[in-house]
Amino acid sequence: MRLTLRIWRQRGPERPGAMTTYEVDGISEDMSFLEMLDTLNERLILEGDEPVAFDHDCREGICGACGMVINGQAHGPERTTTCQLHMRHFADGDTIDVEPWRAAAFPVVKDLVVDRSAFDRIIGSGGYVTAPTGSAPEAHATPVPKPVADTAFEHAECIGCGACVAACPNGSAMLFTSAKVVHLNVLPQGAPERESRVLDMVAAMDGEGFGGCTNTGECALACPKGVPLQAIATMNREFLRATRKGAR
Amino acid sequence: MSYVDYTVGEPIADTKCPAGPIEERWDRRRFTAKLVNPANRRKYTVIVVGTGLAGGSAGATLAEQGYHVVQFCYQDSPRRAHSIAAQGGINAAKNYRNDGDSIHRLFYDTVKGGDFRARESNVRRLAQVSVEIIDQCVAQGVPFAREYGGLLDTRSFGGVQVSRTFYARGQTGQQLLLGAYQALSRQIAAGNVEMHARTEMLDLIVIDGRARGIVARDLVTGEISTYFGDAVVLATGGYGNVFYLSTNAKNSNATAIWRAHRRGAYFANPCFTQIHPTCIPRSGDHQSKLTLMSESLRNDGRIWVPKAKGDNRPPDRIPEQERDYYLERIYPSFGNLVPRDIASRAAKNVCDEGRGVGPGGQGVYLDFADAVARMGRDKVAEKYGNLFEMYQRITAENPYEVPMRIYPAIHYTMGGLWVDYDLQTTIPGLFAIGEANFSDHGANRLGASALMQGLADGYFVLPSTINDYLARHPHDTVDPRHPCVTEAVADVRVRLDKLLSVNGDRTPDSFHRELGELLWDNCGMARNDAGLRKALERIPELREEFWRRVKVPGSGSELNQSLEKANRISDYFELAELMCLDALHREESCGGHFREESQTPQGEAARDDDRFAYAAAWEWRGEGGRPPEEHGGGTGVAPVLHKEQLVFEYVHPTQRSYA
Repeated sequence: MRLTLRIWRQRGPERPGAMTTYEVDGISEDMSFLEMLDTLNERLILEGDEPVAFDHDCREGICGACGMVINGQAHGPERTTTCQLHMRHFADGDTIDVEPWRAAAFPVVKDLVVDRSAFDRIIGSGGYVTAPTGSAPEAHATPVPKPVADTAFEHAECIGCGACVAACPNGSAMLFTSAKVVHLNVLPQGAPERESRVLDMVAAMDGEGFGGCTNTGECALACPKGVPLQAIATMNREFLRATRKGAR
Repeated sequence: MSYVDYTVGEPIADTKCPAGPIEERWDRRRFTAKLVNPANRRKYTVIVVGTGLAGGSAGATLAEQGYHVVQFCYQDSPRRAHSIAAQGGINAAKNYRNDGDSIHRLFYDTVKGGDFRARESNVRRLAQVSVEIIDQCVAQGVPFAREYGGLLDTRSFGGVQVSRTFYARGQTGQQLLLGAYQALSRQIAAGNVEMHARTEMLDLIVIDGRARGIVARDLVTGEISTYFGDAVVLATGGYGNVFYLSTNAKNSNATAIWRAHRRGAYFANPCFTQIHPTCIPRSGDHQSKLTLMSESLRNDGRIWVPKAKGDNRPPDRIPEQERDYYLERIYPSFGNLVPRDIASRAAKNVCDEGRGVGPGGQGVYLDFADAVARMGRDKVAEKYGNLFEMYQRITAENPYEVPMRIYPAIHYTMGGLWVDYDLQTTIPGLFAIGEANFSDHGANRLGASALMQGLADGYFVLPSTINDYLARHPHDTVDPRHPCVTEAVADVRVRLDKLLSVNGDRTPDSFHRELGELLWDNCGMARNDAGLRKALERIPELREEFWRRVKVPGSGSELNQSLEKANRISDYFELAELMCLDALHREESCGGHFREESQTPQGEAARDDDRFAYAAAWEWRGEGGRPPEEHGGGTGVAPVLHKEQLVFEYVHPTQRSYA
């Protein structure tokens, strides 16, 4: 099929950017969205232009590297990562807008590449269990009820792609942060740091310049892994509980 | 001199493995290793390259021990290393099922599964450490699958008859990696690890025979910098991407280990590559990578093709008696759970016979109809739901109703930098862990053993053995003006400038695809003398063409993904040559290395233990048989083969049988 692409091009963080139009032809419906961009880039190189920069790596929906706003939606029309979006969801002759994640806390590096290192710093502020190597008890010493383990897993599935932030009108990172808080706080292994974890991670999140949550719910709709919106409510409850305990 | 020349050098006599009963060797090594006083550790800097399971766990653990760690990854975050994509699980000899498992059995299965080309002592240690890994990960909050009683669930994997694989749905690698990443993040926040994301190692700095640092490029600014330390750890993964189409992440690459090889680290068994039997077949020339469907699917899915050639009826129109469940037929005791190399070759054989399914006949069915009938759709969804979704997204077919189509693809590389028992390469102070080394899987890796090895190396083995090296080499600072430093930096700059200045008429990817196809055809699932010689003729031509015709737009002083690609591809040419040479010299079949000239009457791999019961460790001596002026570097000396003879005291080599 033949498509018109309008892609955000920006040479660097301090440089102005603009939407640039490209025509691509011969696109197969079995291509992934990134393979479609590969096709464009191969052509741009031969024409002496610079290819469009975008983050990507595993191309199977798990590393969280890729992500672009496609026709106004984070990761496009399907609930999946950009690498797992296939061209069969578009029609011949379509015009497609492609933009980077837009959020104050995710500055543009180049074209569709943004800086998501704020997520790493949020995790570093408390998104872990302090269990130095070698200190672990026998794995079966603490049984974990299956529903609890399943809840932990459901929240641990977050791939840190940032679609939740990009989809949120406030640029909030509440879904990302709460996914980790819930994953670790429901487990017995995470209990000793339950209060400090939520307080420190929320403080780090706020410090990075993410917006506040107004319960819009766009984040959970955009999440390719289906992290539930309820995580945010649970984090708020954990936060309130920790604040009342005065623990830090 | 021709491209197929090599010379045989001194055999490797000492692997630093302690003597004595095998079950005591690891304890003995830990006891004899020198220690560094906790108060002195902060004076030492350890450079760790890579943040996957091996690198992430090593960085976190070394920092916890008090060392100053400087760590690198090319991704924008350490959480994205390709370990994250591992689906199926992690082996451990816990024997929670009471099904006869033990450390010795895991050791035995791994040596046998590797087709008797791994070092016994290392494998025994791996099995021993495996039980501690599960404990460690559970303590970190890794949400493994659990039974209703709250205890850990396990499943079985190819090549074994016990159920020792721990898993987290189809995302075990992700969950284990996030555990390591979180531990690493804690150390970064505490200031014990200096993390450099989006930074790629481009060369190794060796001074007075010791690894003392790296040259790295900031991928955002393009700045070339040097980093110095008391030891360097490479945890940069395997080299499967040399084939272009593989299940590896697009940016996974071999540059770190290849540059280390060029600086003096031996490269062992490069021809031992693993083809995974259950990947989604390619859909066209645009294909940029292949997606794996976890081997765990073979627990409940049944593999079949039509009995008749060219039968292109839809699968539901082919009656039961006209289907050939060929793995169950040929290997009745292991059935669909035979090891990966055997399952892959069997798929190739039925496709070569003209019985393959799907476009181009390059596929076989993996059918869940029986599983859905037996367990119900919900139970199947609980076990494999995310894999089924992934399959459906890519192919637009529903595997609950239509059998999956699968075909083998390059997945893992057993070869890698040669390391001794301490995981040290032949360059003192340079260590290699995880898939980057060659140590534990012989000629074929068993399913769910890569995660085990990565974490064993990173959490437990390296943090013990590196102490001994550091204790023997008191800290001193590196002079940044040392000629070895300036030379390494200059080499990197010359190479990048050259790539940018060719300004030819072919894209980097076009060369990569061509090289990949050449390798897949001649050094893939089956290899023979004529094909390997052909590839060895063609690769240098292609490499020469690359340096003449490649086009890399943009500059080196910015984010330039074409430059990154081209630089990695330039190393793949040299690596591909060594792979083919290694495959040509090993005139036997073993594990993933199948030489058509060496097979049993039943068509199975026939080893030649009299001639080839060794690890082949190659020493770089220059650009092979090529005159140096063609490439601007190298000495034109053929590589040197050093043999590490393998001794099997506990698991006696037999012809593998899974029938």
